[in-house]
Amino acid sequence: MIIGEIPLPSGALGVDAIAMTMRFGEFVALDNVELKVRPGSFHALLGENGAGKSTLVKCIMGYYHPTEGDVLVGGREQAIANPKDAHALGLGMVYQHFTLVPAMTVAENLVLARDDVPAVVNWAKEKQELEAFLARMPFKVPLNSRVSDISAGERQKCEILKQLYLKRRFLILDEPTSVLTPGEADEVLGMLRAMVVNDGLTILMITHKFREVMAFADEVTILRRGKLAGHGNVADLTPDSMARMMIGAEELTLQPARVGEVGDVRLALSKINALDDAGAIAVHDVSLAVRGGEIVGIAGVSGNGQRQLVEVLAGQREAESGEIRVIGDVYHASREEMRRHKMSLLPEEPLKNACVGGMSVADNIAFREFDREPFASGGWWLNRAAFRTDAEKKIGLYKIKTRTPDTPISALSGGNVQRAVLARELGGEVEVLIAANPCFGLDFAAVAQIHAEIMAARNRGAAVLLVSEDLDELLELSDRLLVMFHGQLVYEARASEADLTEIGRHMAGH
Amino acid sequence: MTSEVADPAEAVAISPAADPGFLQRHGGTIEYILIPGAALVGALGVFGVFVALFGKNPLDLYFYMYQGAFGTWFSWQNTLTRAAPLILTALCTALPAQLGMVIIGGEGALLIGALASTSIALTMQWAPPLAVQLAMAAAGMVAGGLWIMLSGGLRQYRGVNETISSLLLVYIALAILNHLVEGLMRDPTSLNKPSTREIGAANMLGSIPGTDVHWGLVFGIIAAVASYILIYHTVFGFAARVAGGNIRAAKIVGLGVGKLIMTVCFLAGASAGLAGMVEVAAVQGRTNANLAAGYGFTGILVAFLARQNPLAVIPVAILLGGISASGGLLQRRLGLPDASVQVLQGIIFVFVLASDALYGRIGFLKGKS
Repeated sequence: MIIGEIPLPSGALGVDAIAMTMRFGEFVALDNVELKVRPGSFHALLGENGAGKSTLVKCIMGYYHPTEGDVLVGGREQAIANPKDAHALGLGMVYQHFTLVPAMTVAENLVLARDDVPAVVNWAKEKQELEAFLARMPFKVPLNSRVSDISAGERQKCEILKQLYLKRRFLILDEPTSVLTPGEADEVLGMLRAMVVNDGLTILMITHKFREVMAFADEVTILRRGKLAGHGNVADLTPDSMARMMIGAEELTLQPARVGEVGDVRLALSKINALDDAGAIAVHDVSLAVRGGEIVGIAGVSGNGQRQLVEVLAGQREAESGEIRVIGDVYHASREEMRRHKMSLLPEEPLKNACVGGMSVADNIAFREFDREPFASGGWWLNRAAFRTDAEKKIGLYKIKTRTPDTPISALSGGNVQRAVLARELGGEVEVLIAANPCFGLDFAAVAQIHAEIMAARNRGAAVLLVSEDLDELLELSDRLLVMFHGQLVYEARASEADLTEIGRHMAGH
Repeated sequence: MTSEVADPAEAVAISPAADPGFLQRHGGTIEYILIPGAALVGALGVFGVFVALFGKNPLDLYFYMYQGAFGTWFSWQNTLTRAAPLILTALCTALPAQLGMVIIGGEGALLIGALASTSIALTMQWAPPLAVQLAMAAAGMVAGGLWIMLSGGLRQYRGVNETISSLLLVYIALAILNHLVEGLMRDPTSLNKPSTREIGAANMLGSIPGTDVHWGLVFGIIAAVASYILIYHTVFGFAARVAGGNIRAAKIVGLGVGKLIMTVCFLAGASAGLAGMVEVAAVQGRTNANLAAGYGFTGILVAFLARQNPLAVIPVAILLGGISASGGLLQRRLGLPDASVQVLQGIIFVFVLASDALYGRIGFLKGKS
């Protein structure tokens, strides 16, 4: 510290990032971006995936060192070499994924997070101090419960409390509501909003939900492809104008209208039970039926058995009991059955679930058909030319951005990997489609394209089971909506008549 | 926070299709030659220090190693004779590796294959030699194949680690061999070294015309080339590579992973079993404990040095065959203990495993990205 330097102002803390540029090799992740967060404001940072939001906040927090640009904290230029420096200045960050130790209590987690944990902790004294601290806070969390026993909403509150307990005055929240029900999200953000107004806290929130921006933020900064696309007061903007700034001039695929008649039952599950990796029951007596020409959505907070249910349908996990029938026939996820019933699967995290990263785009696109003509001459000899021709056609049709069909698929961005899977799974006829979080982490253009493809498959008479953690997506696409909680289906409604609060209550298990 | 990780990749994917450059296109291939090569050189360096501790000049060592392995036509033939079983046992590790399995029990399949081929030869003494040889090869391959299939089945249906089970099966194979050779199948005239009866000189595999190298080398090369074609040019190999690359992806497209595992394990074991048959029919003429000469274990080293590529197995097996062929000369000229080439093999293995961490990290091979 320079002698004679004035200490940081007390009260609300503002942070400015000026002319930030960040290059990774030849790739420019941030290009001369400016962000001004006024002290005592609730600022939203909007942008598609890959727009540079996380890179920007990582530069502010000292995880990255920007190629060019300065960070001003409380109006003064600060060299933030690492996250510790940022913490010392009162900057804190809450991550999208929890950073609590599940086997420890809330109180233990809070004390553990301090930089100066004494060798021997005087728990009686710490508890007293924690309770006094909690009394001043709007959130209430059970101090003596294990983190593994509390709900996702309470965990998120703990994460935020942890930052406040560490006396951080400027909080960066990275998509803080992605694991919460709409009710929990409103509660947490409402409380934070109150602290911004009353207690001199400043918040910078990364999000992609316009609803939350409109309801809670004062100002917004929008990034697009590493560049500043716009900023302003939320009061002066509409979701439409913000969306336009996020997407730019890019044309989005139009979603076809909902047409056609509901047909016969194509996919029927009866009393499916399945375990998770730890051997606990994850899916409990799930029965449902999906008819041709309808999209059945399954909503639920992450970790309520949806993943295991999809894995059973995809053949990646054995059901403990129960029966799956596809168009009347018992189904065991064999290649022959999938082919006979024209089944398609769009799993979440396609690179992890549906692709071989080291194999080429062309190979990955051919996974369903490689053992048939024209890919296999005589049923056994691979015909490389056919792989290439088919891949080139589908790369054009599905707008897959890849250098060549021979590029390993792991070199593609998430959206383009999902497009390649889409080309493979929806390139032919589809009678049953199972999709799980198909748009997770993708940009607008990819999301619009995937939604349009799913709707088109439904209109052609396919039975679609859509499992998603994104309620907006489910409400937009589904004909019928089910809610999954603790491995069971607890609620069903027609999507057109569904009540958001009612769905939220069931997602939270009330 | 992970969402932005894809950024640099996106940039790669959409950058204009300029000439990606030689390194960009061939960086991977160069890497597969350069890194194992460097590991080999490093291991030879350390081995040089090791012999220097015995008071020998490392430069003499390298010279005699070259002489003993590739210096003369005689040493070439010796090298190739040793390479033949190594190619076959290396395939026993390299084929399952395509499915993501680490099988290190080639030695066991070799012994069982030898035992089976000897047994069938002894019961077919009336038949013409060609029929006996064909039956021996078939018996060796089937027995070896079933042996490694045991490991595959334990993994697929009982969740037993295939590396451990295949290794332990080596000791069981050795115990079975000793049990039979010292009991039921013992030739009463073999006094000092219990052995089975001889399969008969007429039934022995001869040498490739004009050389002293037996036909096993040709079997090995055919098996390696066939394996390469199977893996990279057939539907079966494609399915195996999908399952080996990502088992979840294989399941989601409905590939029968169990069947793939069992088939590949059978082929792998059959290859090592054939090595056992070759050792009996071309070298030993009978089954005894001499067969447990470590070809199965050196084969693991060959497969790893060859990066599990069936074609690369051929030159690597010749190289390793050369190292073992030079052992005799080192003993005679430098007075080094017989086991010193095994020390070298051990050092090479450590270097090869350690060099695994270097793939994708050598800056100048990445080209522009």
